[in-house]
Amino acid sequence: MSGLPVLADRQSWFEAGARQRVAALADPGSFREFIGPERRETSPHLALFDLPVEFDDGIVVGAAQIGGKPILLAAQEGRFMGGAFGEVHGAKLTGLLRAAAILKHDVVIAFDTGGVRLQEANAGELAISEMMRATVAARSSGVRVIGLIGGRAGCYGGGSLIAGCCSTLIMSEQGRLSVSGPEVIETNKGVEEFDSRDRALVWRTMGGKHRYLIGGVDLFVDDEASAFRAATIAALARPARYDTTLAWAEQKRLKERLKRLGGCRDGRDIWAALGVEDPAAVPELPADRFLAIATPLREVSDDAR
Amino acid sequence: METYRFDLAAPRPAAGERQLVLVGVVASGNLEVLLERRAPSGRCIIEVSTPARGFRPLWDAVVKDFVARRGAGGLHISINDGGARPDTVSLRLAQGVQVIESEG
Repeated sequence: MSGLPVLADRQSWFEAGARQRVAALADPGSFREFIGPERRETSPHLALFDLPVEFDDGIVVGAAQIGGKPILLAAQEGRFMGGAFGEVHGAKLTGLLRAAAILKHDVVIAFDTGGVRLQEANAGELAISEMMRATVAARSSGVRVIGLIGGRAGCYGGGSLIAGCCSTLIMSEQGRLSVSGPEVIETNKGVEEFDSRDRALVWRTMGGKHRYLIGGVDLFVDDEASAFRAATIAALARPARYDTTLAWAEQKRLKERLKRLGGCRDGRDIWAALGVEDPAAVPELPADRFLAIATPLREVSDDAR
Repeated sequence: METYRFDLAAPRPAAGERQLVLVGVVASGNLEVLLERRAPSGRCIIEVSTPARGFRPLWDAVVKDFVARRGAGGLHISINDGGARPDTVSLRLAQGVQVIESEG
């Protein structure tokens, strides 16, 4: 379905909805949706809570071409229930990932999620494990699973666990990636541990620049739909290797990273330890100047998060 | 949840060839509108599902105003509402018709 016009070159990824992101990523006219809104595969749980459903359950999945290459594509709608995973939402992505392993087509996932939908928690948690398994199985079969993070809901909870299984992650400064969200940490550990209203703190702990510097994501892009598309095309050309040797190497590297940086109390301390001359200036840097400083200094990413 | 079904006379047909359009999103103060070209010609069917109870007269006024202003004949319109105000509903309906009448 192509209900919305293709975006102009300068289009904020952060502001765009799931269908606009699909239109911006896919080669023009190439997207074919699976289980579209006209099928009305909506959540069977939300009515119990007197909550409205969405016709696509907050996720668009289908087949497309990106840069002429056939891929499978998913985009979460971060504005519907915070992009959270419910039973149907999760099943659509699980099915896409399983199809990828059979068809040997790479997968691109535009994350925009606060995690599991609380109203269907058990089904949602099960869906997360199914998606993680399906992601690893797809990668083991030789395909790439590329995650894009830069939406308003961020990539939290179960979404971050799936992202952690991806072969390549692409992120903008506006993106946030973490298992627990700011409010969750504050609620459980207190405001002294984490002040969720301190936006600068949130971004230097979970934001795109920090995740790029610490090797949590592979590519850093401007908040532009065209930049996400260009980075996706680059990611589709990267090696698709995945095996236990690689997983053990990642584990070893993460242990070393923890030993080296685990004592830091703040994102800025980590940036200083990495050799950034003026850590306080990092949040204000435009993308090109940030990349010039960060790329030679940052932790390598090679799939380890 | 409350559900309403309006079956309205809509003599002016929706132009264009597109069969299906989805606009909007189910979020607080917003709504999604799914337009399908499968109502009988001269009719516009609008189905609404909303968590805001007791506003049927307002919906009635908004959808009658919509079919009076726009070419909506032949359209089956399904709405999932997130508590949108009447002006937002009007704009989304207008947007939906504009997109289904557009090319491509």
